[in-house]
Amino acid sequence: MSKKNLKYPARVLVTKIGLDGHDRGSRIVAAYLRDAGMEVIYTPPWQAIDSIVTLALQEDIDVIGLSSLATDHLIVPDLMKSLKAANLDHIKVIIGGIIPECEHGMLREAGVGEIFEPGAQREEIVDCVAALAAKARQVKQEFEGV
Amino acid sequence: MDTSPKQLHLFEIEQSQKVWQQNYNAQIGEDKHVANRSGLKIKPIYSPLDWDSDQYIKDMGFPGEMPFTRGIYPTMHRGRTWTQRQLIGLGRPQDYNKRVLSILKAGASAISLIPCNSGFRGLDCDEVPLPLLGTCGTVINTTQHMTDSLNDVPYEEISTALNDPSPFTLFAFLLSAAKRRGVPLEKISGTSNQSDYISHCVANHMFFRLSLSGARRVLLDHIEFCTKNVPKWNPVSVVGQHIQQAGATPAEAMAFTLSTAIQYAEDCIDRGMEPDDFLPRFTFFFDISISFFEEIAKFRAGRKIWARLTRDRFGAKDPRSWRFKFHGQTSGADLTMQQPLNNIARVGVQAMAGIFGGLQSLHTDSYDEAITTPSEETAKIAIATQNILREEAHLCDVIDPLGGSYYVEKMTNQMEDEIVSIIDRVDRAGGMYAAVEAGIIQRDIGNSALRFQSKIENGEQPLVGVNCYEGEGNWASPPPFRPPPDTMQEHVDHFLQFKIDRDQGAVNSALENLARAANSANENIFEKVVMAADAEVTHGEIIACLRHEMGAGDPVIIA
Repeated sequence: MSKKNLKYPARVLVTKIGLDGHDRGSRIVAAYLRDAGMEVIYTPPWQAIDSIVTLALQEDIDVIGLSSLATDHLIVPDLMKSLKAANLDHIKVIIGGIIPECEHGMLREAGVGEIFEPGAQREEIVDCVAALAAKARQVKQEFEGV
Repeated sequence: MDTSPKQLHLFEIEQSQKVWQQNYNAQIGEDKHVANRSGLKIKPIYSPLDWDSDQYIKDMGFPGEMPFTRGIYPTMHRGRTWTQRQLIGLGRPQDYNKRVLSILKAGASAISLIPCNSGFRGLDCDEVPLPLLGTCGTVINTTQHMTDSLNDVPYEEISTALNDPSPFTLFAFLLSAAKRRGVPLEKISGTSNQSDYISHCVANHMFFRLSLSGARRVLLDHIEFCTKNVPKWNPVSVVGQHIQQAGATPAEAMAFTLSTAIQYAEDCIDRGMEPDDFLPRFTFFFDISISFFEEIAKFRAGRKIWARLTRDRFGAKDPRSWRFKFHGQTSGADLTMQQPLNNIARVGVQAMAGIFGGLQSLHTDSYDEAITTPSEETAKIAIATQNILREEAHLCDVIDPLGGSYYVEKMTNQMEDEIVSIIDRVDRAGGMYAAVEAGIIQRDIGNSALRFQSKIENGEQPLVGVNCYEGEGNWASPPPFRPPPDTMQEHVDHFLQFKIDRDQGAVNSALENLARAANSANENIFEKVVMAADAEVTHGEIIACLRHEMGAGDPVIIA
């Protein structure tokens, strides 16, 4: 399903920024996306924001999937700013994990595409990533076309 | 045909069970496949055909005796109940201090301290984004911070667990703070709770301060230092909790933990230490899932295997070396963000499994632990849960009250076989250290996590409020704990000023000594870490120095 509107599979960076290292969730989501035929680039945890931006550029990423189980989502607005500064704001960012509801607004305002909480279904995640990847690709192509 | 009374007795049971089986089959139609989390098949009933009291001495014995199945002490919880040790960590040292004093007042009988994630990463508070500081643990970077954390806390009388990976800076700060308070080091008791660098490496990736080989060396120096200087301190806690939380089955978690303990013991022996000098101070730390009977069987089997390993494989002669002392923490991975109050019920069941499993010390999760660092109120409910189980429920009247149950005994034996077969596999891979370097353990854990997740997805593993009984209802989420940014900024400012005011000459020479020890096999690195703490060197500086000398760690990530 992810391949439907794309000439080549969606390219997704699954990673963790900040200080926490627990990666049970991110590994499971990486496997979901890979099973759905997407290209998954998986990193060790506690990436710096700058290295994520560089990696996203080098790997021609469509969607960045962040896992946050502690409080690392609190610095996601900084990542969004850095992506914009690097002219990579076509890339869609999603977050999964323990994201308290009272902080969803702050993340959406910063431009986060979707937030998945525990209990999210495989299909929901895969479909969302596929749709966001298609959008990212479209924006990028329009931009390159000009 | 053997016509001894014993055989006739078994024949009678067999006949009787056949009748029951026919009735059962007639009523149930097609029986469903039931298995525990470790994949062992569960039958609908157990009888003397599965476990017979003939095997009593071999399988169970009495508490405090080989094979220790029923407990490591003759009196167990009837004599002394478990230590109530709640893991706490938040905000600044003074915030931790306030919380720990309130928990002690509510019934906790020991201290446990978890540092901020910046500390786990080996960084000082001025090196990380401010919004992340103190959200998941206390920011402790100096001896002064430790002193402030434990103000009025009687750590010379009760035991302290420090969640303190190699090179054990928190412990060094504690020793340094004790000297300032005038407490002799012989009086300090407790545990280096996260000394198990292997579990961090394979499971939660909270430790990559040092290369694996560097961590291996520092752990041995730490064990040697404690054996000589802090005799009541447990320098090693081998952690199955991380591994099971990361997705390993209970049997795998027990097996990988025992394989890790074997590795550490063999490393100590290679260094020339006597098993009976260090094994009595080995401790364990396990996850307690809600798979009630399986957890009880896991702990009973683990006790048995460790007793035999220490006696037969390492030749330990002191019975204290055979005792499998463990702390249990109710499983956070079993808790749900949905309908969070239900977690109180889950924690109660998990805690009972740990108590029947014969634990020495227990942390019960707060119901908001799946969402945030617990609030003071929820932490008190967790303590009250232990108080209720201990005081009201009559759980401590009888030692090993489930011992002799056909099911529990059979399952204990089956778990034991399963665990031993995994340990053998790790041995064949060259031991735990080699298996971790090769990524074998990481792959196994990841695969088990995926299998469990697919069971939740297909409903085979029901989760109330998540994949069944979702219902509607007003389930307010507790507010997440976020320390006020200005208090954390103030903490950082004080820290920066502290660095300016201290004796820079003493700092430099302590760091030089530390660097020299790291490059010399004849010196004890941990001894120099303690001296650095005395000289007001910070957490981040100590780790940066060792990382420079011994290399930084890189995880082997298998996804």
